[in-house]
Amino acid sequence: MKAVICAGPSTAGKTTVLRQAARRLIKAGMKPAYLKIDVQYASEDAIFASEFGIPAKKVFSGELCPDHCNVMVFSDAVAWAQECGASVLMLETAGLCLRCSPYVEGALGIAVLEATAGMNLPMKIGPMLTLADAAVITKIDLISQAEREVFRAGVMKAAPGIPVFESNALYGIGIDAVAARITAAPDIQGIDFKMRGSPPVGTCTVCVGRKETGWQKHFGVVRPLDNGIFYRGE
Amino acid sequence: MDIERLKITGGIGKSGQADGVFEVEIKMGDVVSIVGPTGSGKTTLIDDIALFAFDNTPSRRKIFINGERLPPEASGDPARNPVAFITQHTNFLSDLPVFEFLKIHASVRSSADVLSAVEETVNFANQLTGEPLDPHNGMTELSGGQTRALLIADAVVIGNSPIILLDEIENAGIDRGRALELLKNYKKIFVFVTHDPGIALMSDFRIVMKNGTMTKLVHSDRAERAAAEEIRRLDEVVLRLRRLIRDGEKVEAGFLNCLPGARRCGGRP
Ligand SMILES: Nc1ncnc2c1ncn2[C@@H]1O[C@H](COP(=O)(O)OP(=O)(O)OP(=O)(O)O)[C@@H](O)[C@H]1O
Ligand SMILES: Nc1nc2c(ncn2[C@@H]2O[C@H](COP(=O)(O)OP(=O)(O)O)[C@@H](O)[C@H]2O)c(=O)[nH]1
Ligand SMILES: [Mg+2]
Ligand SMILES: [Mg+2]
Ligand SMILES: [Zn+2]
Repeated sequence: MKAVICAGPSTAGKTTVLRQAARRLIKAGMKPAYLKIDVQYASEDAIFASEFGIPAKKVFSGELCPDHCNVMVFSDAVAWAQECGASVLMLETAGLCLRCSPYVEGALGIAVLEATAGMNLPMKIGPMLTLADAAVITKIDLISQAEREVFRAGVMKAAPGIPVFESNALYGIGIDAVAARITAAPDIQGIDFKMRGSPPVGTCTVCVGRKETGWQKHFGVVRPLDNGIFYRGE
Repeated sequence: MDIERLKITGGIGKSGQADGVFEVEIKMGDVVSIVGPTGSGKTTLIDDIALFAFDNTPSRRKIFINGERLPPEASGDPARNPVAFITQHTNFLSDLPVFEFLKIHASVRSSADVLSAVEETVNFANQLTGEPLDPHNGMTELSGGQTRALLIADAVVIGNSPIILLDEIENAGIDRGRALELLKNYKKIFVFVTHDPGIALMSDFRIVMKNGTMTKLVHSDRAERAAAEEIRRLDEVVLRLRRLIRDGEKVEAGFLNCLPGARRCGGRP
């Protein structure tokens, strides 16, 4: 079985890209299963189940960052998809943290970016793009060709060397190459996987429940407005 | 890559019926128009060309360059993409100043001298606009006409593309007579989607669209070129009228008699 982890900001077109890819993979005889990880709301699983009749599931990360949730559930998800007899697990995640990677060693990581999101987006989303195996740019139908070229150059600069696919995902234009990339991915090995990249260096006191503002009220890795981060504690 | 000819082979229309025209061949230097009612598939056809469709778009058309399918690297790598496409959507969404944006685009397109390419682009654009654009302004601050003018200039100068596709050049209030004149200084394939009789008749031939299909090819002949000349005179009258109105003047009845070459002229020149 192959596994694809697809991440990107909200409304980037992840679901649309995966639907178009699923249609092509099914046509080529593959059996996808779909899992959506989101914070508190998702309805995509129903779309995949009714449109393609494939196994589809969702999980809410709730208190966890969706990327961390992915780390927690990934092995279970692989086991679930294998039980369903799937030949490719497609996992869609909101990838909201932007500090840690939503990707896992051995699974194909695809970042989805909308071309309409502003020229600096590729620089803003960190490991979601830099640790991906491929990037898909959506909504090229909505911008000029000149802007497409400049946006694409930004993506290639932020993540040198990975293939960049441009698409109008609504009409499936440019998705053949994405499906081919998925088909070419190696099968995953076993059920133990490692998250790509390093997790963030510190947990902050806000994460564990302290509400006061001001770095003086906090411990661990803190930062004032004008200086960099430093460690405050014993 | 030296482009000598571009070929379109027919596919299917909106309800699956076959294109009436099975093959269209466009040679380097040709100016071609795509005409037809609203919704007839003009944009879809020009999109097919821009994407080098090869039986992988809803129309199932195929595009050949010099008789062959374009290698995927060429359409993937912007610096090697032979097509520049100016779409119907005229708004820029880019949050960069014009100057910065053009500089990046020129380096993506491997211009030998980035700064002079940027300057030439701005000058070209400013010949088409009413009021010149300031390259230090943001892309999103440009007016509709300035945006369209900059897109055309960018495609011709920075893009330096041998194939230029323009979807409805006439709708942005730029000086299209001047635009055609400037464009004809460059030896390229030009494909215009247009509702403008002047542009259609000035083309070498036109592809007539209906119901999502290419139904007919019409070549311009001598009589049509003469007609185009008459239309140009008509345009001049409209331009003069526009100038009067823009300058806050009143228009008098009988202005049509002011057609250049008309015997008598009742109104103002
Ligand atoms: N060959 C085709 N196959 C499938 N759908 C088509 C085809 N040609 C056109 N269509 C569909 O018909 C609709 C109108 O087409 P299009 O936008 O190309 O029209 P147009 O001639 O450019 O109109 P306008 O003058 O308003 O710009 C679109 O939804 C398009 O997807
Ligand atoms: N015009 C256009 N719209 C798109 C494209 N891809 C996605 N969309 C639209 O963008 C919206 C968000 O897409 P969705 O796939 O749900 O994004 P997600 O939140 O990343 O899963 C939907 O309305 C899609 O129809 C595209 O390539 N072009
Ligand atoms: Mg989604
Ligand atoms: Mg159109
Ligand atoms: Zn995180």
